[in-house]
Amino acid sequence: MSGAEFVPLSLPPIAIGTCAAIACALPGNFLLLRRQALIGDAISHVVLPGIVVAFILTGVISTWPMMIGAAGAALIAVLLIEGIRRLGRIEPGAAMGVVFTTMFAGGVLLLEQTDTSSVHLDVEHALYGNLESLIWLDATGWASLLDPLALAGLPPELPRMALVLVLTGLFIAIFWRALKISTFDEGFAQSVGITTTPLGLALVVVAAVAAVAAFDAVGSIIVIAMFICPPAAARMMTNRLERQIAWSVGFAALSAILGYVLAGYGPLWLGLYDAVSAAGMIATVSGVILAVAARFGPCRTRAGAPAGV
Amino acid sequence: MIWDALLLQLGYNATLVSVGAALLGAAAGITGTFLFLRKRALVADAVSHATLPGVCIAFLVMASLGGDGRNLIGLLVGSALSAWVGLWCLNWLTLRTRLAEDAAIGAILSTFFGFGVVLLTVIQTAGIGRQAGLEGFLLGSTAGMLFNDALLIAGGGAATLVIIALTRRALTLVSFDPEYASAQGINVPQVDMLMMGLVMAVTVIGLKIVGLILIVALLIIPAVTARFWSERSDIVVLLAGLFGAAAAYVGAGVSASAPNLPTGPLIVLMSAGLFALSLFFAPSRGVLAAVIRQRRFQRRVHLRQGLLALAQGQPIYENLTLRLLGRAGLVRRDGVATETGRARAAKALRDEKRWEILRRDHAQEPAAELYDGLRAIETVLTPDEIREIDAKIGAPQEIPT
Repeated sequence: MSGAEFVPLSLPPIAIGTCAAIACALPGNFLLLRRQALIGDAISHVVLPGIVVAFILTGVISTWPMMIGAAGAALIAVLLIEGIRRLGRIEPGAAMGVVFTTMFAGGVLLLEQTDTSSVHLDVEHALYGNLESLIWLDATGWASLLDPLALAGLPPELPRMALVLVLTGLFIAIFWRALKISTFDEGFAQSVGITTTPLGLALVVVAAVAAVAAFDAVGSIIVIAMFICPPAAARMMTNRLERQIAWSVGFAALSAILGYVLAGYGPLWLGLYDAVSAAGMIATVSGVILAVAARFGPCRTRAGAPAGV
Repeated sequence: MIWDALLLQLGYNATLVSVGAALLGAAAGITGTFLFLRKRALVADAVSHATLPGVCIAFLVMASLGGDGRNLIGLLVGSALSAWVGLWCLNWLTLRTRLAEDAAIGAILSTFFGFGVVLLTVIQTAGIGRQAGLEGFLLGSTAGMLFNDALLIAGGGAATLVIIALTRRALTLVSFDPEYASAQGINVPQVDMLMMGLVMAVTVIGLKIVGLILIVALLIIPAVTARFWSERSDIVVLLAGLFGAAAAYVGAGVSASAPNLPTGPLIVLMSAGLFALSLFFAPSRGVLAAVIRQRRFQRRVHLRQGLLALAQGQPIYENLTLRLLGRAGLVRRDGVATETGRARAAKALRDEKRWEILRRDHAQEPAAELYDGLRAIETVLTPDEIREIDAKIGAPQEIPT
């Protein structure tokens, strides 16, 4: 394939997808180990009402109000889950189930009641995203990557997603030691003076920011899949957190790139004419990677389990 | 219009849909209770998302065989098969690998749903058959439902209820105390399998009405709601069925009464409404009851401490204590004890002394453990025993003025 076709049409979606995947997989590692894996699932559901409310209030589809709306909804959801769990003395899984389904249902109902015929906002879009449409019209070939005029026309999602990726990486790098200790042994972390509760909350907030930014670009399926599948697969590969994170970044990038390529070009190879959903395919690929890792990974069983089981 | 819908006046199909939704809601509420008590509520989320590839594959197979791709029975069979595969993968991941159940749920949910979306786009872009309507399985749509489909849903809901009724004892026992159930000779893995089978049945039947994204709400919310109202499992189960049925029935009715009111979200919001009411107003477990209990306790502590202070001639600075004492007619406005106040204070101090002696007596340890600073000693000891203690304390004395 020529650069003239690849650079404007496929490179930006692949780059955005990869950034989104890695930005979600990074905090996902800690959420997985802390048994909070489904927080990503909950956040990506409650983002919908936030976006719809932002649209109703402002009347336009623009990025910042929607990001604020989504982040606000995620925050409300976390508070509600915590409140219901404490007030009603309900186990966290059930409290989460109550909150995110209710908020999602509210979002769908609001969306159906609002006139969105003039804008591109519907439930399907929220679920699958529109990765394929993030093209770079100003590019003419590989040379455009060095052309400042063409670079200015990059889809705005790319710098935003890259920024979120950098922020997520920075958060983990700065709080690395505290995060690691408090994830594995909360009691010990408290005894050496780490304030575990704010740290846990900060982790959820970082995850929410990554989820909201990724959601805007690629839809909620990828968000859920990338929070869980690459870290889970990485967990099968190693017993060390450093290596697990490295593996998960690799798996996330591989899912994003392979998924996009398979979705875009796979049907052509099979003799069909149209591409399939890239978001769905990326999630599928990450699941396949997890399946392979769960079957053949060197550290797939629980420590202490008898060999061969 | 809403009343017409609720009173089943909107025609034969709408009536059947409402009744079917109510049966589904009851089955979902009851199944969900067992799941909730077993602490596996979110497994249902993985199962329901895992139905999507099955629906699409069934559509593709039926369409490529030249049939009508939208045959509901075929689609439901497909969805059940892929839900089964998803459930098997979930169990395998939890049992055979180091992944915790929540991570396995998330992995299955996202992978299967992603694959389903890929298949959906295949169906859309390949332009096979009349594909309109498959998206309806995401969020449920009862508009334009065929008579046979409605009948199928109502029948399926009723059949699920019958199965639950026949196996309720084993389900209750296992969801409550798996070890005890196992000791009683119940095959726990088999009952767990049955429970998952019921979840699958509810999910598959509910696909058309509630949709696969929100069906998990119908399994979780009524169960959690019912838990507020009772501590007895059979009552919780019945209430959950009732709440589920009511929410589904009203939701389906309201949805039929006007355009642009999707059925699934409405049913979920109805049950969320019931949940919110229960969270705040349920007796004993509700928030309001807890607040009232807390206030009452606070008043008793303040009153008691105020009386003890009066008896010992200490000044009271606490405003709430003064207010409570005043309202009970125990002190005057200027903070001086009334006649009754002095008598009650003397009694409180004497009771405190009685407790003190009681707690020093090792023979009375069980009674002494009931001491919390508020309990009246008369509820613990007989008059004879109290007299015995009083003999050690001595005769009443004047309160210092």
